[in-house]
Amino acid sequence: MDMQVPKKKLGLKERYTLMTRDLAWDTTYQPKEKVYPYADYEGIRIHDWDKWEDPFRLTMDAYWKYQAEKERKLYAIIDAYSQSNGHLGVTDARYLNAIKIFLTAVTPLEHMAHRGFAHAGRAFPGAGARVACQMQAIDEMRHAQTQIHSLSNYNKYYNGFHDFTHMYDRVWYLSVPKSFFDDAITAGPFEFMVAVGFSFEYVLTNLLFVPFVSGAAYNGDMGTMTFGFSAQSDEARHMTLGLECIKFILEQDPANLPIVQRWIDKWCWRGVRLLSIVAMMMDYMLPKRVMSWKEAWEIYFEENGGALFKDLARYGIKMPACAEQIRLEKDHLSHQVWATFYNYGGATDFHTWMPTEDEMQWLSQKYPDTFDTYYRPRFEFWREQQEKGNRFYNQTLPMLCQTCQIPMLFTEPGDPTKICYRERTYKGNKYHFCSDHCQHIFDNEPEKYVQAWLPVNQIYQGNCFPEGTDPSAPGFDPLAAVLEYYRLNIGRDNGEFEGSEDHRNFEAWRGMAKRND
Amino acid sequence: MQIDLRTVSIKPQRQTYGHIARRFGDKPASRYQEGTFDLQPTANFHYRPTWDPEREIFDTSRTRLQMKDWYAFKDPRQYYYGAWTLARARQQDTAESNFDFVETRNLGALLADDVRQQALDLLLPLRHAAWGANLNNSAICAYGYGTAITQPCMFHAMDNLAIAQYLTRIGLLLGDTGSLAAAKERWLYAADWQGLRRYVEDSFVVQDWFELFVAQNLVLDGLVYPLFYKTVVEDELSLRGGTAVAMLTQFMTEWYAETTRWVDAQIKTACAESPHNAVMVRDWITAWQSRALEALKPLAQRALGERAGSTLDDLATQFAARVAKCGVPV
Repeated sequence: MDMQVPKKKLGLKERYTLMTRDLAWDTTYQPKEKVYPYADYEGIRIHDWDKWEDPFRLTMDAYWKYQAEKERKLYAIIDAYSQSNGHLGVTDARYLNAIKIFLTAVTPLEHMAHRGFAHAGRAFPGAGARVACQMQAIDEMRHAQTQIHSLSNYNKYYNGFHDFTHMYDRVWYLSVPKSFFDDAITAGPFEFMVAVGFSFEYVLTNLLFVPFVSGAAYNGDMGTMTFGFSAQSDEARHMTLGLECIKFILEQDPANLPIVQRWIDKWCWRGVRLLSIVAMMMDYMLPKRVMSWKEAWEIYFEENGGALFKDLARYGIKMPACAEQIRLEKDHLSHQVWATFYNYGGATDFHTWMPTEDEMQWLSQKYPDTFDTYYRPRFEFWREQQEKGNRFYNQTLPMLCQTCQIPMLFTEPGDPTKICYRERTYKGNKYHFCSDHCQHIFDNEPEKYVQAWLPVNQIYQGNCFPEGTDPSAPGFDPLAAVLEYYRLNIGRDNGEFEGSEDHRNFEAWRGMAKRND
Repeated sequence: MQIDLRTVSIKPQRQTYGHIARRFGDKPASRYQEGTFDLQPTANFHYRPTWDPEREIFDTSRTRLQMKDWYAFKDPRQYYYGAWTLARARQQDTAESNFDFVETRNLGALLADDVRQQALDLLLPLRHAAWGANLNNSAICAYGYGTAITQPCMFHAMDNLAIAQYLTRIGLLLGDTGSLAAAKERWLYAADWQGLRRYVEDSFVVQDWFELFVAQNLVLDGLVYPLFYKTVVEDELSLRGGTAVAMLTQFMTEWYAETTRWVDAQIKTACAESPHNAVMVRDWITAWQSRALEALKPLAQRALGERAGSTLDDLATQFAARVAKCGVPV
C-alpha cells in the first residue's frame, strides 16, 4: 500500500469558500433571469459576485454549537427569573410600560426581518451574500422568539402585553414601526439590505438596543437584559453584513452610488423617525435613567455615525442631508413625543404619566436650553390639572404624516413654537407630511406612499370597528369600538399610570414579597 | 422524598398571550406555541411588494392550496429556534465524533479504492442538490403563509446547507479539493447527473410555494435520501467494507428520518383540509415523482448495476405507501 501523502491544510478562507459559494453553479436548464428574477429591477449593477467578501465565516456546525450554548444559558436565566418572581424586582411598575412598547413595536419587526432576510437569502444571485442573509434570517427568528419567551412572564401579571401580534396590525401608533418594515420588505432585495442591513442594523441599532437593554439592566429587569446581551453577538454579525453589503455594491459600479445615497438618506430618516419612540422611552419611561436621548444621539450617531460616514466618503457617500435637522430636533424630540402620548394615553396599550418634580429637574439639567422654556410649563399645567381630577385626554384624532405615519407633532426646525406642516397634491389628492424629508421620500415614490394604511384615516372611514358593528346604532361610541377592534381593554391597558391596575398590583405584590403582613 | 420548596405565589392574571389563548385556551402554553402561532402579520399591510405588485406582502394566493387556517400546519417536532438549535447541536456532536473516529484511525485510507471512489462519485455531486434544497426552502420561508410552516422551512434550508457542508467535509476527508472539483464537473456535465440537475433547476422557477414544498421536500428528498444514504451507503458500500462512509453520513440518515415526520404531517394536513387540496397535492406528486425517478435511473444504474431497476421499483412502492399514509388519494 502506498504511503499516504499528508493533505495540504486548507486556509480558512479557502475552506469556507468550499463550504458555501462553491456549492453554487450557473444554471443552464433555466435562465439566470428566471432563477433570480428580482436581481436587476432596482437598477443596481453587479458585475462580479465573486468579489463579495464574506463578512464572517461560520459554517453550520460551528453556528449550531455557539448558538446552542447561548440558548441554554439564556433559557436557564429566563426560567430562574420567572420562577423567582423577578418582575417584582424592577425599579417601579412604570418601567413595565417600556417593555410593553418593546413587545408590540419591536418584536414583530424581528419576525419581519426574519422573512425579509429569507427573501434576500433567496433573491441574490451571489451565493456568499445569500448564505449570510439566510443566517441572519434564522437569527432574527431567534430574536423574535427569545423576546416573546422572556416577556411571556410579564404578560401573565401585567396588562397590555396580551395581544401584541393583533395590535401590531391595527393600533394607531404601531403603524409607525409596521409601515417602516413594510416599506423595507416591499422594496427590492438591494434596498432591503441598505435599509435594514446597513441603515438600521449598522447606523441605528445601537440607539435601539442600548437604551432598551441598558435600560433593563438599570431597572432590574434581568429577563430583558439577558435576551439583549445574548443577541449582541448576533448583532455584531449583522452589522458586519450590512457594512460589507454596502461596500460591495459601491465597489461594483460607480452608477450605483446615487441610488445607494438616495436609499441611505431615505432610511436614515425613516429610522430616526421610528426611533422617536425610543427617545421618549429613555427620557420619560425609565425610572432609573441610563442617559438622555440627546446624549445617546451624540455618542451613537454624531460620533460613531460621523466616523462611519467619513470612512464611506472614499466611495462618494455623504452624510445624509437629514442629519442637520436631527441635530436641531435632539433637544425637543422626546418631550414632544411624550406630550403626544400623554394626550392620547386613552388609546394606547401602555400607561402614561407626568414626570415627578425630581424627574423634571433631571430633564432641566439634561436639556438646559429647552426643557424649562418650552416643556416644563406645559407639563406642570397638566400635572396640576390631573391633581384637580382633570387628567387630560385628547379626544380628537390627529393628522398623520403620509410617510412616517407619526402624528404631526414635530415643530419647525429652528422654531419650537410652530408645528411643521408640509403638503403635496398628487393626482388630485392632498397628502400631509411632518417634515421636508418625509415629503422628499414621498416625492421619490409617490405610487408607493399613496397606498399607506393610515390609522386615523381608516378610523374615519369606518374600517376600524369590530366585525358586525353598526355605527348608526343609537349611542354608538366610535372610540370604544376602535379600542375593541384593537383588543384593548379600556381602563386596564390604557390611560393614566397613577392608580392603574398594574400600579396597584405591583405595589401589593411587592409588599407580599418583601413584608410579612 | 418530595422536598417542598417555596416561592412567593401570586395569582397570574392570564396564562398566555391572547392569540394563543384563543387557539388553545387560557392555560400555560409551550414555547413552541408562543413563539409560532399568529406571529406573521395578516392585515392592514401598507404597500404592495415592488417585486410582486399583484399581491400583499403575505398573501395566501402565492399557492393554489387553500386553507381555512394556515396554522393547521403544526410541526410534530415542535421546533422553535431554541429547540431546533439544541437538537442540531446534539446531532452535530455525534457527527463530529464520527468524523474524528474515521480521521484518527485513518479509516478513509483503509477503504478499498473502488469503494472510496464510488462514495466520492455518488455523494459529492449531492452537495449541489442539497444546495438547491437550501435555496428552495429559503423561498418557501420567504413567500409562504403563516409562521407554522414558514419557520420550519427556514430551519430546513439551513439543515440542507449543513448537509452540503458535511458532504464537502466527506470529500475533503476521503479525497481532496480535486475530488470536489471533479464532482462539480460531473454535476455540470456528466450525462448521468443531468436529469437530477435539470429537476433541481426546474424547481428553482416553480412559483407556487406549496408545489415547491412537494417537489423538493416530499418527492425529491423522499427518493434521493433512501436511494443514496440507505441503499447505496448503508447497504451496498457497507457490504463492501465501507462502513466508515455510513458513519460519515449518519447525520443525513437521522435527519431524513426526523424531517420525514414533519414533511408527512404537512402533506397530511394539506390533504385532510379538502378534496381540492388532496387532488392538487396528488397531481403535483405524480408530475414530479415520474421526473425524479427518471432522473435517478442512470445514477442507480451506476451504483447498483443490474439491481438498479428492482431497487427503484421498490423505492417507488415504498414512496407510494408513504404518500398513501399521508392521505393523498390514488
